Amino acid sequence: MASNHIYENRKYVLGGIAVCIVVVYLVRLFTLQLMSDDFKRNADSNAFLKRIQFPARGAMRDRTGKLLVYNQPAYDIMVVMSEMGGVDTLDLCQSLGITRETFDHRMEEIKDRNRNPGYSSYTQQLFMNQLSAEEFSTFQEKLFRFPGFYVQKRSIRQYAYPNAAHVLGDVGEVGPADIEADDYYQSGDYIGKLGVERSYERQLRGEKGVEILLRDARGRIKGNYQNGKFDRDPVPGKNLTLSIDLELQQLGERLMQGKLGSIVAIEPSTGEVLCMVSAPNYDPRIMVGRQRGRNNRMLTLDPLKPLLNRAIMGTYPPGSTFKTSQALTFLEEGIITPQTTYPCSGGFRFGHLKVGCHGHASPIPLIPTIATSCNGYFCWGLYYMLGNRKKYETVQEAMTTWKDYMVSMGFGYPLGIDLPGEKRGLIPNADYYDKHLGKSWNGLSVISIAIGQGEVTLTPLQIANLGATIANRGYYITPHVVKEVQGEPLDTLYTKRHYTRVSRQNYETVVAGMRQAVLGGTCRAANNEWYEVCGKTGTAQNRGHDHSVFMGFAPKDDPKIAVAVYVENGGWGATYGVPFGALIMEKYINGKLTPESEAKAEAFANRKINYGSSER
Amino acid sequence: MLASLDWVTIVIYIALLGMGWMSVCGATYDFGQAGDFFDLSTRSGMQILWIVTSFALAIALLSIDERFYDVFAYAIYVAFMLLLLATPFLAHDIKGSMSWIKIGKFSIQPAEFAKFATALCVAKYMGSNDFNISKWWNFLTACFLFILPMGLIIMQRETGSALVYTAFFLMLYREGMPGSILFAGVSAVIYFVVGVRFSEASLWHIHAISLGHFLVLLLILLFTVGLMRVYTPKSRTPYLNVFFYGGGITVASLLFSKYVIPFDITWVQLIICVAVIGYLLYLAVKRNCGRYAFIALFAIGSLALHYSADFALNHVLQPHQQTRIRVLLGTEDDPRGVGYNVRQAKIAIGSGGLRGKGFLNGTQTKLKYVPEQETDFIFCTVGEEEGFLGCAIVLLLFLALILRLIQLAERQPYASGRIYGYCVMSIFLFHLFINVGMVLGLTPVIGIPLPFFSYGGSSLWGFTILLFIFLRMDATRNRFVHN
Repeated sequence: MASNHIYENRKYVLGGIAVCIVVVYLVRLFTLQLMSDDFKRNADSNAFLKRIQFPARGAMRDRTGKLLVYNQPAYDIMVVMSEMGGVDTLDLCQSLGITRETFDHRMEEIKDRNRNPGYSSYTQQLFMNQLSAEEFSTFQEKLFRFPGFYVQKRSIRQYAYPNAAHVLGDVGEVGPADIEADDYYQSGDYIGKLGVERSYERQLRGEKGVEILLRDARGRIKGNYQNGKFDRDPVPGKNLTLSIDLELQQLGERLMQGKLGSIVAIEPSTGEVLCMVSAPNYDPRIMVGRQRGRNNRMLTLDPLKPLLNRAIMGTYPPGSTFKTSQALTFLEEGIITPQTTYPCSGGFRFGHLKVGCHGHASPIPLIPTIATSCNGYFCWGLYYMLGNRKKYETVQEAMTTWKDYMVSMGFGYPLGIDLPGEKRGLIPNADYYDKHLGKSWNGLSVISIAIGQGEVTLTPLQIANLGATIANRGYYITPHVVKEVQGEPLDTLYTKRHYTRVSRQNYETVVAGMRQAVLGGTCRAANNEWYEVCGKTGTAQNRGHDHSVFMGFAPKDDPKIAVAVYVENGGWGATYGVPFGALIMEKYINGKLTPESEAKAEAFANRKINYGSSER
Repeated sequence: MLASLDWVTIVIYIALLGMGWMSVCGATYDFGQAGDFFDLSTRSGMQILWIVTSFALAIALLSIDERFYDVFAYAIYVAFMLLLLATPFLAHDIKGSMSWIKIGKFSIQPAEFAKFATALCVAKYMGSNDFNISKWWNFLTACFLFILPMGLIIMQRETGSALVYTAFFLMLYREGMPGSILFAGVSAVIYFVVGVRFSEASLWHIHAISLGHFLVLLLILLFTVGLMRVYTPKSRTPYLNVFFYGGGITVASLLFSKYVIPFDITWVQLIICVAVIGYLLYLAVKRNCGRYAFIALFAIGSLALHYSADFALNHVLQPHQQTRIRVLLGTEDDPRGVGYNVRQAKIAIGSGGLRGKGFLNGTQTKLKYVPEQETDFIFCTVGEEEGFLGCAIVLLLFLALILRLIQLAERQPYASGRIYGYCVMSIFLFHLFINVGMVLGLTPVIGIPLPFFSYGGSSLWGFTILLFIFLRMDATRNRFVHN
């Protein structure tokens, strides 16, 4: 036998090598397969392409069913570089309406990994975005001639009318903060930025679907993972019906042309906002698509602040319209009765203090006081209320009571309308005066709040809501611009009645006063033969020319509409406020304007108020 | 004869073939495909054909008398060498490789068959009674017998298949080749791999010091000390002193260069090595002992190899060749090339978890993320679809096969039988080592198939022939002994 037995033990060395190798490999396999999930995640991100399926955003209609906001198909042209062979570039450029240089430039951009980090010649790259249907149609006919070019359908938001921009709002690409706040969003998604688009974002956006596709190493799609077992269909957004009446809104916007201010109309029985005009306004259609950024910047820089929704963000002295709330408070607190009279000879005088008033008979009881808008009466009322030490131990306590009345009428806090950015206005309380006037203040120190001047400020919406509350004789429903959300009940906030602290009977007195104002007082211009209008003017003093204010409702006994008009620097309440309010009521209640009214509206639409160029 | 067949090996063989076929199905199946795995137009169908013909081949081989090989071993060898020589001229280019000959519809790769021819020839030569491995002429002739096909296959640009022949050194080691040669060879590979792999890295971010140099010089010192420990009389060799002085100076200069004055400590290491060499030569002369001289020679050779390899890589090779070697050793990133392959292989295997994703449910292999998924990278499919458990079963089956082959080889009555058995075992071990190691990112990417798993008729037939010739030898091993 030739075997040399000295070396036989070397079989253990060789066997040992084999065992070592296998053991090392088993340990390696153990660490690769069982110690870490990284590879599993890597494998999933390799193989699974999660294609988001975007839901259609909900549409919006006005209360009469007119389509206001909808989606329009837009087309993105995609290109796969590796499949692009034998394309007639000239033909392609022609059908897309671009030049050869643009084409070459765009191709360079796509291939530049610095600008386009996700570039792969095997996957679809965005070539042109948001082509309209017309732009796209020529291209589509020839698409078969352009291998490597694909079309991806998207939708862009369209606004049918140039109106109600502040109510509708707009959509824009999500920012980092939005993504942070809600992980539903991914970069490139759209989100409501203003108005209803923002406040009803959750209902409008629907829910994204996802399709899990298998993608091979070259980026080609090889079908759905497990035949789509894990796919999720997108849930379309809900359609909204707004409470806005488009024609009323259009009339309001027409009247407010060339002026600053706001018109708000509310249906008292439901709290539905019938129109919400903020002037100056802008065309919502410019806030769409590629030019949104530029236009948004332009509007932001405009000194007249067209983006500001004055109806809910403008806080103004309510002027004499506020007297109605004072009358209600004094009546309820027993400071006055409808028969109480106070002297007024050209105003309220107390020592050196004087609040002026216009000429009218004196002394007169409450109803004609409201009709003539006597300043003195309400100053005396507040003076006696805050000075009543029998009823209230201190002036602070009296003030607190007063404040509670105001708050119960919806002042001093945001009403809670379904629009973003609502301001609260200002109703001063005892603390406020303690801080600003020291402890030793009295009714005289704060007297101007009785006539809606001084520290008091309200938003036009709050003034309109005051009108609605009086129309309802004592309650309001939080104003809202969305009447109906498809397949979803309205938030109970918008169906619940908020009662004020004042009883119905006292409201009737104020209603009578407001009726008197229309029949023979400051609001005579609002009177008509069709229905009974109740109203109250306001002429709010401020640094410049007075603001023209009107608050009213009609018909008196079955109120359909409450209106607030606020025209900055418009002068007397009767100058703009009353006629605008009357036109809005007429349009809404009669469904149309008479030819005379139409002529009047046109004349007002053409009147401009010169505001100079100061920052507002 | 059936009774004396080694059924253990045959069962392992069939089990591996079965798992291999499942892997080929998994690797070539496309999502949404109808799924007839026996359709000859698919690779899984073709693999069935190769498996069935392999069984036929195995039965045929079991019926050929082993004395046939004894008689014709040299003739077979010469014939295959001529075929290998002719192959580049007959072959058509497949991805740069000139190793495939087209016959009708099929292509065969002669290199896969040259293994058994070489093994038979080496076994016959070394099994003859006048062969003595300690005669350097005999030893070199044996080496020549397997280095020749290696050279011929390199000419076909199939470096991977050629490197398989280095496995024959394992057999030579068993047959009495000095262990120091194996050690020297392994050391050379380690120096090269470590040196190149870490050549770009710098030690502690001190730019001038190459981590590769540092590690290789450290290894040379350690190996030299180790050789002194093993090959020289323990009582008389202060190998511990050498170890502590050398190591101590290295560590001290390391700290000095890090905290005090940065300088290139590889010079210090080189001086230590030279000093050790000088000391060894001094001992060799003083004690008149050749062993010290040999160890000194080893150290000198190590240094020479290290510096010349470094020089060759940086100055002699073309830039693209340098790149290829670096990528192979993982120092250069190449996301779409070799580096990409290994990364994707790791992802595929790693995503398998304990139990895997299930037969045909692998995503990475099916979606073609893993390159060469049905041939060289087939182990990924096992990892992804069968998980850790499946991989462990496959590796343990291979280990069982290799250990069984050692056992069978050792029981051969003739040296030639034993030598042939060790050749077979060494080849399987080399394939397992390189193929699985490359998929796991542990060994360089050298394109050789995993026996019984990788798709392809040539390799499957080649391994079947290799194995069943040996099983026939083993089945009839006692025929003459008993008579």
